[in-house]
Amino acid sequence: MAQVLSLHAAERRQLAAWACDAYPHEACGLMLGVSEADGVRVLEVRRARNLNVERARDRYDIDPADYLAAEREATARGCELVGVWHTHPDHPARPSPTDLALAWPGWSYVIAAVTAAGMTELRAWRLNGGHQFDEESIEEADPS
Amino acid sequence: MSHIVIRIPTPLRGHTAGADEVPVEARSVGEALARLGELHPGILERVLDGDGQPRQFVNIFLGSGNVRALDGMNTPVRDGDVLAIIPAVAGGGHESGGCKTESPSGTDYRA
Repeated sequence: MAQVLSLHAAERRQLAAWACDAYPHEACGLMLGVSEADGVRVLEVRRARNLNVERARDRYDIDPADYLAAEREATARGCELVGVWHTHPDHPARPSPTDLALAWPGWSYVIAAVTAAGMTELRAWRLNGGHQFDEESIEEADPS
Repeated sequence: MSHIVIRIPTPLRGHTAGADEVPVEARSVGEALARLGELHPGILERVLDGDGQPRQFVNIFLGSGNVRALDGMNTPVRDGDVLAIIPAVAGGGHESGGCKTESPSGTDYRA
């Protein structure tokens, strides 16, 4: 059964805004949330610095200092880092071979496709036991 | 010996029965990680390479400092220090081909 990634509309809008802000470069960041029986519930999306300035149009490499700050925030809030998000400028929201090669198990990977007109697609993926991506279903979280 | 805590990232908590931190006693970063490996077999293979150094896709931070910029595995630790294992988080959208890299799972990958 496909896992579910629960995301508030406000967080989705935030991702779209960052995707447009960074375009034509990639934007990236981390997601704080909680693991549940059927997936993860995202509480907050955070933007991170992309250290790969040489290939910022098609690669991302999250600053470890931003990772550390996000992890500390998660610990303080009693939640955890549940995944990673990044954008694919002018490219579908499917994991690339590079995404697959560099992915870690146990995290949701949210990918936003973005063009000059804005975010066109948002999909989520998670590694399975065979180190392949399975798609997760993105559901809009209850606004409460 | 100093009492420190090692922070375990989410992707490696399968090796620590879900624990997000592991307390150890050690005098250096290398000793602390060795103790972690004794307590939780299998985790060090994901963190260190065959020479006992942080793998390409792993950073080790002592407080807010990357141990690569300190004294590496010989970096001394003090009571209350927090040692964080930080997985490199990277990827990308397009493929130009021809590059070869090591994946976090340890297998070579040719794009």
